[in-house]
Amino acid sequence: MAVYECPGCHYRYDEEKGDEHEGYPPSTLFDNLPEDFTCPDCGVRYKEDFVVLKRVDEESSSL
Amino acid sequence: MTTYTLQHPDKGLISYTDKKRYLWLSSVFMPIFPMLGILAYFATGSEWTLGIPLFFSYVIIPFLDWGIGSDENNPPEELVPQLEEDRYYRILTYITVPMHFIVLIAIAWFVGTHDLSVPALLATAITAGSYSGLGINTAHEMGHKKTALERWLAKIVLAVPAYGHFCIEHNRGHHTEVATPEDPASSRLGESIYKFALREIPGAFFRGWNQEKTRLERQGLSAWHWKNDILQSYAISAVLQLGLIYAFGWIMIPFLAVHNVWAWFQLTSANYIEHYGLLRSKEEGGRYERCQPHHSWNANYIFSNIVLFHLERHSDHHANPTRRYQCLRNFDDLPELPNGYYGMYMIAYVPWLWYKVMDKRVLALPHINGDLSKVNIDPDKRDEIYARFGGGQAPTAAAA
Repeated sequence: MAVYECPGCHYRYDEEKGDEHEGYPPSTLFDNLPEDFTCPDCGVRYKEDFVVLKRVDEESSSL
Repeated sequence: MTTYTLQHPDKGLISYTDKKRYLWLSSVFMPIFPMLGILAYFATGSEWTLGIPLFFSYVIIPFLDWGIGSDENNPPEELVPQLEEDRYYRILTYITVPMHFIVLIAIAWFVGTHDLSVPALLATAITAGSYSGLGINTAHEMGHKKTALERWLAKIVLAVPAYGHFCIEHNRGHHTEVATPEDPASSRLGESIYKFALREIPGAFFRGWNQEKTRLERQGLSAWHWKNDILQSYAISAVLQLGLIYAFGWIMIPFLAVHNVWAWFQLTSANYIEHYGLLRSKEEGGRYERCQPHHSWNANYIFSNIVLFHLERHSDHHANPTRRYQCLRNFDDLPELPNGYYGMYMIAYVPWLWYKVMDKRVLALPHINGDLSKVNIDPDKRDEIYARFGGGQAPTAAAA
């Protein structure tokens, strides 16, 4: 699970929480968002522009 | 007057005082300006006075923009976060929301209780529509923000001109596809405003509806579910406008029809002038380049900006859509309109004059420099435009 951020407006997509308003349930991976996903807040940045803010993988979360 | 300061590690002390801080009250009170025409009617008994607000918007404001000129205020980028956090500015937008309701209800009362000639009725309905068009501008400012309150207020104020799909279609559609041939809200070189209106108004509606339908389907809901943001705003419109018909009679039907269409046409007018002829280039892989400041026409005129919540600093808005109005910046070397929005609307309503003023400006932009392959051209006018401006360039299908 990871948190991704739009570099333009700082919208955050947290894979653990998903984005209910956008219709992405909790645990929806960023990779599984539609390929034409654009930032829901600014509409300027594409999916590939998003940067990983925090990554919590299975191993470290189980420690 | 509040001064914002920051001790910058390289640049030293940076400070900024917003000299327009209290001038922004003009954006709050602009929606009640149409009431002056009605007050003058009561004072004089002459129906001619009902044209005062339209005369002010479309004649006086362009002269004020020409006479007062450009806005030299520009907040330093480093102080934008402080300016964003100053709640004074957003409170002004909150207050503007009920203004739009008050104005429409007051004008409807006037129309419903006075025996007006048809020209006076038409002028009053257009005046009401013109100022409810400003409601779309108020919604535009708030609909781009991230707080639930501002997004709700945007939906509520959009109910006044019955344009509840605007924020969805604008934020998700227009901002993503701006300055491309696919965008119904970006005008093309050689396209008149009237032809554009017939593409933009239905195109924006269907794009907004489809986007909301897709969002709800991801949640497993029908497009007709009450959570549909567009339907929520339309429901408020229905209560408001049916209430006006109930209260003031059948005269409200033609009045509201003209009011609504003129309000929508104000948005059409803004969209028409904001991106005329501008085109984002395609990158390898087929995607368009990210929106840059030179993909919007800017108008840095102080007067019309203070009555429009800085809408005319449009280049920075499209590059940073969630940025609040008080923080929008001007830059050198932007595509710059030769007058403010109201003056440019008047020019746009006369297509041959618009082409005369604007086509050469599009082609002279530094990133275009006469290269028609970098211009968003009306496909129906492609051959004609290449013949006139091409200088031997072969027509391409890039923007078809």
